[in-house]
Amino acid sequence: MLRIGRGGATVTTTAAPPTKGPAAADRAPRSVPAWRRGLRPYLLSIPAVLIIVGILYPFALGAYYAFLNYAAVVPRPSFVGFENFAEVLSDPAFWTSVRVTLFYAVAATVIETALGIGIALLLNRSSLIGRIFEKVLILPLMIAPVIAGVIWGLMFNPQFGVLNHVLGLGSTFNWLGEHTALWSVVLVDVWIFTPFVAILVLAGIRSLPKEPFEASAVDGAGWVYTFRRLMLPMIWPYILVAVIFRFMDCLKIFDHVYVLTAGGPGDATRTLQIGAYQNSIVNLNYSQGSTYMFLLWVIVFLTARYLVSVLGKAQRRAAGSEE
Amino acid sequence: MAARELGPGQRKFSPASVGADAALLVWFVFSLFPLVWMVLLALKTDAEQISTYFAFTPTLENFVTVLSAEGTRLTSVDFTQAILTSVIQCVGAVLVSLVIGIPAAYAAGRWQYKGSNDVMFTILSFRFAPELMVIVPLFVIYNQLGLFDTNVGMIWVLQLVTMPLIVWILRSYFQDMPAELEQAALLDGYTRRRAFVMVALPLVRPGIAAAALLAFIFAWNNYVFPLILTGSQHTPVTVAVTRFLGGGGQAYYNLTAAAALIAALPPLLVALSIQRYLVRGLSFGAVKS
Repeated sequence: MLRIGRGGATVTTTAAPPTKGPAAADRAPRSVPAWRRGLRPYLLSIPAVLIIVGILYPFALGAYYAFLNYAAVVPRPSFVGFENFAEVLSDPAFWTSVRVTLFYAVAATVIETALGIGIALLLNRSSLIGRIFEKVLILPLMIAPVIAGVIWGLMFNPQFGVLNHVLGLGSTFNWLGEHTALWSVVLVDVWIFTPFVAILVLAGIRSLPKEPFEASAVDGAGWVYTFRRLMLPMIWPYILVAVIFRFMDCLKIFDHVYVLTAGGPGDATRTLQIGAYQNSIVNLNYSQGSTYMFLLWVIVFLTARYLVSVLGKAQRRAAGSEE
Repeated sequence: MAARELGPGQRKFSPASVGADAALLVWFVFSLFPLVWMVLLALKTDAEQISTYFAFTPTLENFVTVLSAEGTRLTSVDFTQAILTSVIQCVGAVLVSLVIGIPAAYAAGRWQYKGSNDVMFTILSFRFAPELMVIVPLFVIYNQLGLFDTNVGMIWVLQLVTMPLIVWILRSYFQDMPAELEQAALLDGYTRRRAFVMVALPLVRPGIAAAALLAFIFAWNNYVFPLILTGSQHTPVTVAVTRFLGGGGQAYYNLTAAAALIAALPPLLVALSIQRYLVRGLSFGAVKS
């Protein structure tokens, strides 16, 4: 993965760390045999690798479950090959979950990115009010999403909730109804995570060199032109980092959606992780839940690879090496 | 204060800047209103909890109820115990991650060894993997091993949250540290281990503190792991708060709000104390500011 250095122009890859090999940093006066020096990074990594193995084992087991008929009522499971996949992929409920998840991820990411860039630009002006707000910008981001869900749940309540009262919607508007629930959980996501995009983009804007902007001001370029042609290409890598984090997290969204709707009404907000939860923990059909997760993992993996390659290209372009 | 130099995209006062401030104000009303409402609701009495008015006689009674045996009797949630459990599990998880993560981050930041990228990316992939993929097998394994609903079981699974964060952030700090400093220490006759402890570690101490505190916040805020892997004995605050919502028939919105406020406070305070490091931490070291 590529990393953004200080200033959009100095982009370095992690593939080229400060020292190439052990030799440069290791001219110890007390001579340690070369083979032992070569082993050093491995020895230091052993505990972490052990933990990784400890976590990869259940991961692998979870993937294996997808090929069994394992459920609480089937304590001695047997290998069934791709039967679960055939079953899940022909189940309309699964495709509803896919649609809900993708809609959620795209809607939340697009809205948060647009708002986040806007807020970053406004805060960058460093007005008095902006400097005060910047201090409290991240508060929603630091509250547990499930607690945000609890708070919004209290506010969404049609009779006792404050939203209908303040917005003058009477006591009948149902925020978590069949047609509104998905938008409402996206709204909560926007409330929590827009600051995440905003602080990343703001950090990007603040790291930009001043000269190109002075030059464009001298040339009399308009604000919109300067933003689109100068600033946007330079902060694009920062925006992409935020988009990657948001989109990937949205694909596996669970916490606040679960506490607000538990996937309902019906299956209106039944995201893939909530679907997997219902299958494996509520219905105790481990194999079916694991099949959901296996398929979600494939989606996450492919999306991650695509987005990271886009990020790499954008960073090279921001660094000035046109391809 | 001297006239501030204008950075990219910054401009002097104009009518447009009033509009910009107004737009910011709209966002912050939206952003802070739920928090303000939570505080108000937490201060309301049982009789006022279903009112949507802003004027009322505030009371601190709800906090007392939530934290006392009375709250446990009403809602069957021992919230004081839940806070203690959260502290034990989160501090435990962060300490384990630090002990095993610092050497790994140092190795990956200092040397480009065979397989280092594989190790780092495997650790990062934990951050993006769907949690239930690992929880479902763990649910089965924990029940067999007797780790279900224990602090040890939770500290183990929270490594998925804390380890990637700590290793990736600290690697970026170790990479930024010039290797010459340690070489100088080695030339002065320090052993490799002393050079690490006396030179490298103190230099990245702010990074370690920020990474540890951020990992603490995310461990504290985690919900899906304890939801499935704990029962009633070792439930952390996130799960405990939601229990207030489903208390047999009678609703306690004011108690729920008070509990939510208590549960939200530690991460908020920690976050404000490490604000300078948040961008770098939240982006796993990808964006430095």
